[in-house]
Amino acid sequence: VIASLCASVVTALARLVTGVRGEWRGCEPAPATRVYFANHNSHLDFVLIWSVLPRALRQATRPVAGADYWLQGPLRRLFGKRVFNAVLIDRTAVTQDVHPVALMAKALDEGASLILFPEGTRNLTEARLLPFKSGLYHLAKSRTDVELVPVWIENLNRVMPKGEIVPIPLLCTVTFGAAMQVAAGEDKGAFLERARTALLALAPERRDSK
Amino acid sequence: MTATEQSLLLFGGVLAVLVVASLIGFLLARRYASSAPNPAIDNLNSRIKAWWLMVVLIGLAFAVGKAGVIVLFALASLAALREFITLTPTRRGDHAALAVSFFVVLPLQYYLIWIEWYGLYSIFIPVYAFLLLPIVVALRGDTKDFMGRVAEIQWGLMICVFCLSHVPALITLPIPGFQGRNLLLIAFLVLVVQSSDVLQYVWGKLLGRHQIAPQLSPSKTVEGTVGGIACATLLGAALWWITPFAAWQAGLIALAINLMGFCGGLVMSAIKRDRGVKDWGWMIEGHGGVLDRLDSVIFAAPIFFHITRYWWTP
Repeated sequence: VIASLCASVVTALARLVTGVRGEWRGCEPAPATRVYFANHNSHLDFVLIWSVLPRALRQATRPVAGADYWLQGPLRRLFGKRVFNAVLIDRTAVTQDVHPVALMAKALDEGASLILFPEGTRNLTEARLLPFKSGLYHLAKSRTDVELVPVWIENLNRVMPKGEIVPIPLLCTVTFGAAMQVAAGEDKGAFLERARTALLALAPERRDSK
Repeated sequence: MTATEQSLLLFGGVLAVLVVASLIGFLLARRYASSAPNPAIDNLNSRIKAWWLMVVLIGLAFAVGKAGVIVLFALASLAALREFITLTPTRRGDHAALAVSFFVVLPLQYYLIWIEWYGLYSIFIPVYAFLLLPIVVALRGDTKDFMGRVAEIQWGLMICVFCLSHVPALITLPIPGFQGRNLLLIAFLVLVVQSSDVLQYVWGKLLGRHQIAPQLSPSKTVEGTVGGIACATLLGAALWWITPFAAWQAGLIALAINLMGFCGGLVMSAIKRDRGVKDWGWMIEGHGGVLDRLDSVIFAAPIFFHITRYWWTP
């Protein structure tokens, strides 16, 4: 109860600061098992996705996050495990018995949807999107019935860039694209490129690319 | 008539108009309910709904008095500034300047109006914030497109905070024989300028043929503009009894602020066009963002303030 209350408070706060608006461009909010894959600029990216999901979907949607960050200190541990119910991935020591893809597949089998950041790390560069890691491909291969939905988060990196302590209350948008799956015979490189292009297509054009 | 009676009469009138408008909207929606969905009627009805909300908000602020009005417009400035900066390409090096704008300059401007320090609030942003912002940005050391970035933040502050703050600043004007009634000046300004927007829209829908500024705002027509501004000017003259002005003066002032409001709409449209968006935001259903609704008031407020101050205060 306290965890779900905390979650409501956090999403309400996120909505207040960012005025976030969800735009379902390619699909509808439906209770299908999905992997939402999004661009990654901030540790709180998934909170924004959460904020625009209907409550019932939110409770069944778990972020995939780095254990090294979310297990540091009691407060982060509490939020990471209890409030956000994150699937925590150890990015430093990948052994065969706790392989990240296996952990994610297990969560999907339990009926959860996932929020995944295929860039693997926060993008702190000027580029709009980093190359994707292969996790998304392996996950999609092992659970072919799952819908992969690209999700573009716009502006959160401007609300609170790395190293800043004061958030600027700019308006954020979360845009959901059309669900996709691995095509028959599609290899890793082709699939990841297709997924990355689908995600980039949701990003609004940038005027300042001069 | 006391100021309270005048306010009540005024709000009664506005509410009556809203009731009639809602009724028309309801009947239109019912009449065309069976045929294909009609976006024009849906848009009309959501506009009317947003109008109710705005009138209720302003009514509550008036009931609280000076503090209520200042808080309401400070929040409106905050909403407007966030919409403006959201559509402005800023860089990481602007973060400190933005934080200062949102959390120091904006509250301070409204605080200065609260303590009625005309000598400072009338130059605080154009002088002090103007000089401080480029200093803060320069100290971060990112020189790329420096001039443009600084200018856009300054412009956002001028439009969304400085100009808009002249609406609550009307409370501070000491007009002989008009003490305790200054809220009615705000009612006059907002009512005349906003009704000008609405009437331009209505006239344009009914009679609009010739576009007035096709590159900026394809929906604005000569017929709508002339009809709307003329009607709103007559409305302003008819409202002379809530102002310190004579009827002919109220009419002339209404004309001036309606023209400023119209031009404000054009300027803000030009920016939206350049940014490739139709609306500034999505805060008010049916109206887009706060800036979409307040663009005309923002351009009219400082002019109205200074006309009144120059000719009606000692």
